[in-house]
Amino acid sequence: MSEQALPTLTTPPIDTLALEREIAQLIVKGLNLPMQPDEIDPEAALYGEGLGLDSIDILEIALIVSKQYGIQLRADNQENARIFRSLRQFARYVAEQRVK
Amino acid sequence: MSALPLIAHDRPAAVVAYRRGQAISAAQFLDDVRALAVRLPASTHVLNFCSDRYRFAVGLAASLVSGKCSILPSTHTPEVIRHLRAFAPDVFCLSDDPQCPIALPQLLYVDATARANGDAHDGGQFSVPQIDAGQLAAFVFTSGSSGTPVPHAKTWGRLVQCVRAEVTRLPVHDLAGCAILGTVPAQHMYGLESTVLLPLQSGGALCAERPFFPADIAASLNALPRASVLISTPVHLRALLAAELLLPGLELIVSATAMLPANLAREVESRYGAPLLEIYGSTETGQMASRRTALEDQWRLWPGVRLTLGDAHCSAHGGHLARPTALADVLEPTSDEHFLLHGRTADLVNIAGKRSSLAYLNHQLIAIPGVMDAAFFVRDDSEASLAGVTRLAALVVAPRLDAATIIQALRQRIDPVFLPRPLLLVEHLPRNATGKLPQHTLRALSAQAALQQPHLFA
Repeated sequence: MSEQALPTLTTPPIDTLALEREIAQLIVKGLNLPMQPDEIDPEAALYGEGLGLDSIDILEIALIVSKQYGIQLRADNQENARIFRSLRQFARYVAEQRVK
Repeated sequence: MSALPLIAHDRPAAVVAYRRGQAISAAQFLDDVRALAVRLPASTHVLNFCSDRYRFAVGLAASLVSGKCSILPSTHTPEVIRHLRAFAPDVFCLSDDPQCPIALPQLLYVDATARANGDAHDGGQFSVPQIDAGQLAAFVFTSGSSGTPVPHAKTWGRLVQCVRAEVTRLPVHDLAGCAILGTVPAQHMYGLESTVLLPLQSGGALCAERPFFPADIAASLNALPRASVLISTPVHLRALLAAELLLPGLELIVSATAMLPANLAREVESRYGAPLLEIYGSTETGQMASRRTALEDQWRLWPGVRLTLGDAHCSAHGGHLARPTALADVLEPTSDEHFLLHGRTADLVNIAGKRSSLAYLNHQLIAIPGVMDAAFFVRDDSEASLAGVTRLAALVVAPRLDAATIIQALRQRIDPVFLPRPLLLVEHLPRNATGKLPQHTLRALSAQAALQQPHLFA
């Protein structure tokens, strides 16, 4: 029996869009990125190519989301490949997991 | 020449390592070492790329008992691997990643099945290999300043002497009863010494994991059934404090790779109720001094190590050092066995514990076809991030290239932590009459250039 394919959301709901913008601002400020928050392509990869972040940046982002949203990132989380795929996926994860 | 044991563990059931809280015995370790040793190819140089620290230790030990030398570069970019092939044409890569990206002949690490008859029953076969003290154990590389990685030969005897000296300095009552958890890779000098050789030579237990996020460190410590020592860096310690997590059962915290401010050291000690020992060392010298940063400014040298002030450099000799070795930092000896550390010499950079020199980085940047002139510089400390990391920036003259193309080419050559942010394109560099580029001039020009082209970030 084939698994039912989940529909892919191309446009996130309004509240996730706001969160996406908020996280983009936190990242640009926290990592000293020489760009405007709205210049981050919400679908581009955060790590390696794409936005060009490295492991120290990811650690910085972990600190930011821990302070701001009370989320503790874990390296052994099976979902990490999805979470760090893009700003949009990351914002979706924050929306699901935030405790503040 | 005398011989020194591979491990200090003297019983088959003694715990050599933990993986996810599960103990691995000395008997199992030696089985794994023998099993891997027979699979190693005939060539004499091993690039040990195993990311699991237990597998790395088995790889190191199997290389030692087979008379092979481990190759430990400071980074693994295609450019560095090309140099390693020239340095040791027979080098192969031992990796635990089936998709290992390194362009060398590969040997995949295969986990052995656990001992069927239990750990303690060894039928009298338990015998720890003895390794000749003069045997070449590893070449550990620094990036060098001319574009070619520089090898530093480490004999087994010197490595063991160094970590045995470390044991005498660690304020822990029973290191053999501790688990030693590291947030740093085993492949660099500090990680090799303090997360692999220290447990093997003290009878303690290493931890296979290399936790990354603060929550990973807490989870790894929680899974350990015994008291633990955390081997870490200022970056990870800052992250831990910021995450406000509890760390249970810590006997000692060790920090190295970059200077730790005293106030941060005090905060770490009071938060976790354990002493924090800061270690000073380098790839060239290995670890050679320590201090309790929360309580003292002065560093105490390892037993037998002494400093000599030269014209340009301070050098260290004696103890585990085979010969007088120039130090890249500015040290002020205050007694026979104490010194103050006044930072690094101007050309050296240290980003989150990775060391390089501006000369080396400039060389790599200028070597990119289309780049006419270029200079890296260190950004203002005031731009440091939450984890306390200050990045590099670069000014580049390359009329036919864009910043993204240059970054892409640079990514093949240098470790990503050194990638400039931002990389700014300029028409020419403000070289003075002697061709030099003062760092403050570069910072000033970059501030101007950034205003005109705020989007140039890869």
